[in-house]
Amino acid sequence: MSKLKPPIGKQDHIRGHANAPVSLVEYGDFQCPHCGEAYPIIEDIVRELGHDLRFVYRHFPLATAHPLALSAAIASEAAARQRKFWPMHHKIFENQALLSVEALWEFGTIIGLDMEQFEKDINDRALEEKVEEDFESGVRSGVNGTPTFFINEIRYNGSHDRDSIMAALQK
Amino acid sequence: MLPIGSAAPDFRLHSTPDQQYSLQDFSGKNLILAFYPADWSPVCGDQMTLYNEMLQLFRKQNAAIVGISVDSKWCHQAYMQSRNLHFPLLADFEPKGAIAKAYESYDDQEGQSLRSLYVLDADGIVRWNYLSPVSVNPGADGILDALGKINAKK
Repeated sequence: MSKLKPPIGKQDHIRGHANAPVSLVEYGDFQCPHCGEAYPIIEDIVRELGHDLRFVYRHFPLATAHPLALSAAIASEAAARQRKFWPMHHKIFENQALLSVEALWEFGTIIGLDMEQFEKDINDRALEEKVEEDFESGVRSGVNGTPTFFINEIRYNGSHDRDSIMAALQK
Repeated sequence: MLPIGSAAPDFRLHSTPDQQYSLQDFSGKNLILAFYPADWSPVCGDQMTLYNEMLQLFRKQNAAIVGISVDSKWCHQAYMQSRNLHFPLLADFEPKGAIAKAYESYDDQEGQSLRSLYVLDADGIVRWNYLSPVSVNPGADGILDALGKINAKK
C-alpha cells in the first residue's frame, strides 16, 4: 500500500476546506493526455463534493516525453506567486491541445497576471526546484505514471472514470 | 531472484551496435538493473520513461541504471531514440536471455525477461531485489529506499 510522502502540507496547492473529511491528491503532468482527460472529471467531482473534499495538485512532469510539461509546471508556480495557481492550472488543461510557450504567456495575460513579475518569477530557479520536489515526492510515494491519485493519502489504483473515483471517495 | 548479499553475475552486453557494457564499467557506483519483457510494449514504456526522468535523482545517490531485455541492439537503438532515453538498454540477445537467467529473471514460456529490479552496491553485491507482476510498472520508490539505505551505511 503506497502512502503519500510527505502528507498534504503548506507547500501544496489546495482547494476546498482544510477540515474536509476526504482528500484527493493528483500527481499530474500538464501535457499528459490522460491528465487532460481526467481534468473535467476531477473538476466535476470537486464541484459536486464542495466542502466535503480537499483537492491537491502536485507536479509530475515527464519532461522527455512531454517537452512542455516542465515549462507549464513552472508557469503555474509563477502564477501561484500571484495567488493564481488554479486559474493557470484550469487554463492549461482547458487548452492542452494548444499548449506552447507562447500560449503560457497568453494564459498569464488572460488570467490577469502582472506579466513583468511573471517573467521574473519563471526565471527563478526556486520554482523549478519546487517542481522537482513534487516529482521526487511522487516517486517516493509510488507514483509510476500520470495521473496518479491518492485518496486520504493512500494510492488509488482504480480506474479514472468519474463513477469509480467518486465511489472510492465516498467509501 | 538472486538473494540479498550474493555477488552479481557478470555480463557484457551491447547497448547499441557500437557500444557494450559490462558490470565492471559501473564499479564504484551503485547500479540499478531493470529487467523488462520487451521494448515498445506500453507498460515498459512508462517504466523506462519514468527512469529517464529520474537520472538526476539516481546520480545524487551515486547510482547508474541500465535496462535489460532480450531485444537486439538495433531494436534498443531505435527504441532509445524514439523515446529519447538517456541511459543504456542492454541487449540480452545472444545467447538469448542468458543474463536474465543468471539473475533468475527469465520467463521460459514467453521467451523474455520477467519484470524485475535489482540494486547492486559499488562492490557488485545484490542489496535489494523486487519481482513485479509483468503488467505492472513497479515505479521507483523501492529503488530510492534501497539506495538511501546503502548510502546511509557508509
